Amino acid sequence: MGKTLAEKVWDEHVVRTADGEPDLLYIDLHLIHEVTSPQAFDGLRLAGRTVRRPDLTLATEDHNVPTLDWDKPIADPVSRTQVETLRRNAEEFGVRLHPLGDVEQGIVHVVGPQLGLTQPGMTIVCGDSHTSTHGAFGAIAFGIGTSEVEHVLATQTLMQARPKTMAVTVNGSLPPGVTAKDLVLTLITHTGTGGGQGYIVEYRGPAIEELSMEGRMTVCNMSIEWGAKAGLVAPDQTTFDYLEGRPEAPKGADWDAAVAHWKTLVTDDDARFDEEIVLDASTMTPFVTWGTNPGQGVPLGGAVPDPESFEEQQDRVAAEKALEYMGLEAGTPMRDIKVDTVFVGSCTNGRIEDLRLAADIIKGHKVDKDTRLLVVPGSVRVRMQAEDEGLDVIFKEAGAEWRGAGCSMCLGMNPDQLTPGERSASTSNRNFEGRQGKGGRTHLVSVPVAAATAVRGTLSSPADLVATGSEA
Amino acid sequence: MDKFTTHTGVAMPLKRSNVDTDQIIPAVYLKRVTRTGFEDGLFAAWRNDPDFVLNRPEYAAASVLVAGPDFGTGSSREHAVWALQNYGFKVVISSRFADIFRGNSGKSGLLAAQVDEKVVQRLWDHLDDHPGATVTVDLESRTVKAGDGPDAIEDSFDIDDYTRWRLLEGLDDIGITLGHDDVIAAFEASRPSWKPATL
Ligand code: SF4
Repeated sequence: MGKTLAEKVWDEHVVRTADGEPDLLYIDLHLIHEVTSPQAFDGLRLAGRTVRRPDLTLATEDHNVPTLDWDKPIADPVSRTQVETLRRNAEEFGVRLHPLGDVEQGIVHVVGPQLGLTQPGMTIVCGDSHTSTHGAFGAIAFGIGTSEVEHVLATQTLMQARPKTMAVTVNGSLPPGVTAKDLVLTLITHTGTGGGQGYIVEYRGPAIEELSMEGRMTVCNMSIEWGAKAGLVAPDQTTFDYLEGRPEAPKGADWDAAVAHWKTLVTDDDARFDEEIVLDASTMTPFVTWGTNPGQGVPLGGAVPDPESFEEQQDRVAAEKALEYMGLEAGTPMRDIKVDTVFVGSCTNGRIEDLRLAADIIKGHKVDKDTRLLVVPGSVRVRMQAEDEGLDVIFKEAGAEWRGAGCSMCLGMNPDQLTPGERSASTSNRNFEGRQGKGGRTHLVSVPVAAATAVRGTLSSPADLVATGSEA
Repeated sequence: MDKFTTHTGVAMPLKRSNVDTDQIIPAVYLKRVTRTGFEDGLFAAWRNDPDFVLNRPEYAAASVLVAGPDFGTGSSREHAVWALQNYGFKVVISSRFADIFRGNSGKSGLLAAQVDEKVVQRLWDHLDDHPGATVTVDLESRTVKAGDGPDAIEDSFDIDDYTRWRLLEGLDDIGITLGHDDVIAAFEASRPSWKPATL
């Protein structure tokens, strides 16, 4: 019997197997940031150990960094301590670090791909659940805990039980204006937040093949939101074209050898998945969340659901609680919901393609007078590229805030936070209670919906802009 | 990790069940960037009470915690184990541990000894009669002992073989993996040269 893509990549990295023990898996790339690494380095220090492969390790500063005044010392003492600790640890253990102010600084999951460090067939880990993003290249990539971070630092390996495999096949093509974000939000509502538990998921089918690398990253990024261990997409010409010429991609004869190998990284025709889900992209529409987990979503054209409409008792209770927290009434059309803040950014939707799309929609419009729009590039490179293309001017002329690179309003750890009761439309990945700041209310949306919402002040799609003729 | 064979130390009764990790160390104490120094946060909410057992002078040097059932439930924070260790505890005895807490303990070298409920009760009674008394926990023979003479307590405790072996050998997960260094090195030698490097 043939093998799935995930099985091929896994098997290529098994250092040791023994009956009744987890596999010992070799790690090709270990990404590090300031929040989950300090105790791991401290553990090494206490045990008198070193980093086995600093040359397979990369650190950036992202979660705590401010997106304004980034040339000044970080104001919050805890954030500052974490960042300074990372700098000291990187120095002491010889790890490459892209600190605040560096041209390669940014969200760890944006930086790896853009440097060309994320490549097909690799194993990639990071002390961060959205490491699944890198699976878009046909890599096995997943988040780990701090003890595991220490284990990888010391040994460049990880003890891991072999996960089950699942295929998510998406047939058809996404209609115009419907994005990878809508696709994955639709999927999560379909499966629930635990549907992927224990699986490495391969996204496949025509709709996935048609996605850009950025779109594939958006889908893989949110694998964790429906519980999957990791998500991946088989590498193809789109992948190779994205990688070729990037700073850390193989060159010359190495490139040819690499591509030859990468082309073998597809699921064999006779391979079997433990589970399979089939979706049709052509029926998908812009999709937004109404609740406090990413599985509580509806089409933008729909309404806030009635908790009574859920079959399961626990879903009813969850919906009631969510509506109370979100300050929403059942039956309210999603398009009537007024939004205070729109956030375009994060490792889900903070790449250059996302900013281009947002600028394209915003161009010639003004941000609604009661709404603020925050545009936060995922990395300094993305920021620079956007400025080269004049996107920053479009945003600023529309009245948006153009910020520095970082996780920003994706999580309430740095100064960009919602205030209690404030409502956001956010291109990020989690709408948990308080995720964007204590008491903040989050609607997860795609980039086009975010941009159109910023203009109209209520949840909207670009089609609504044309209909109301609200061009400036 | 230090080898653990047998430990004799002052035992402190904690007569509560369902002590979750938020009670062991509240979230506000998680901001440190080291693995040490969490002793200040240990049972922080209860320590405001001068009568709380940890505040009593006879338990100042306690290193064995005798707790009620379902110890260590809740959040998976590893800090809960570190806080107990930083304070000086080497052993926690309970009739039931939360899975993640037990796993984290094994990783860090804190012995989570699971005994019958009756044994916890007898230990508590013994410690009530003799505050500041010691308890001996022998990992080799998997026994707990306290007191002497006719009232002496001696009973067995449960721990899985793998964790017991690791504790006896003083091996943490990293130590075990480093034991396979030759296999790892051989694997590294076979990696394609075009795989990316950061340096
Ligand atoms: S952008 Fe958000 S999800 Fe991504 S790494 Fe940062 S905090 Fe995590």
